[in-house]
Amino acid sequence: MKARITITLKAGVLDPQGKAIEGALDALDFSGINKVRQGKIIDIDIDAAGETEATSALTEMCEKLLANTVIENYAIDIRD
Amino acid sequence: MATALEMVSGVKPVMVWHQETEIPDVDLIAIPGGFSYGDYLRAGAIAARSPVMSSLRDKAAAGVNILGVCNGFQILTEAGLLPGALMRNAGLHFICREVHLRVENTNSYFTRSWAKNAVIRCPIAHHDGNYFTDPDTLKKLEDQDRVAFRYVNENGNVNDTSNPNGSRNNIAGILNDRGNILGMMPHPENLIESLHGGTDGLGLFKSMLENVA
Repeated sequence: MKARITITLKAGVLDPQGKAIEGALDALDFSGINKVRQGKIIDIDIDAAGETEATSALTEMCEKLLANTVIENYAIDIRD
Repeated sequence: MATALEMVSGVKPVMVWHQETEIPDVDLIAIPGGFSYGDYLRAGAIAARSPVMSSLRDKAAAGVNILGVCNGFQILTEAGLLPGALMRNAGLHFICREVHLRVENTNSYFTRSWAKNAVIRCPIAHHDGNYFTDPDTLKKLEDQDRVAFRYVNENGNVNDTSNPNGSRNNIAGILNDRGNILGMMPHPENLIESLHGGTDGLGLFKSMLENVA
């Protein structure tokens, strides 16, 4: 089973890398950009009996390691 | 760090490998910096889940004194032993230079040899030293006098230009609620020899030594 985990910074957490990207896009004359926030994607191929089992294992992985819940949110997307 | 501890205490520290599962009975556990653990995923994230950490948690709960410098501070926050997180420096650059710190709390095991509000020089060398925590935790740290060190200018004033990395409230080091754990980004162990440019960092080691039988 394949899953995609998207990790983003929580609202209110300063994102200097997002700011730098925003500045670079601005320098390239892209207009209308209000805000840029960057995060990361982790793709995991996992053996699981079903979606519920996979989600529960992946949630534990996010809580224990993949995300730092002090500053980050995570979303789990089971892809097949 | 090991050299500094030996120089000040006269005792050779016991080295513990991250794969070990038992930390021996000691007065102080130091988690040094230096990127020796790798910063994959997030700074200190993988190291904070290494086998030795469960013994470290037991020691922390038993009240053993624990010092984390630089990467060691990042590991302690990732392990949840200190609140908050250390994020990418606000200016995005790796910073390697000397800063000034004000010693805010002089009652702790780690800082008691300094005079209140002493301003010291200290080297920093990090990419992820931007201390972040939510407003409630920040207030608690301030109210409970748990900010050990703050980035200041040479006159001891807190301002934006004396903040090298964007840390909330210019925080450079914090204590846990029990006062037996200190995490700090600057490297006092690198400024304890006059031949190396000064001895401002000695205060940390003198403080800790007062308590060693």
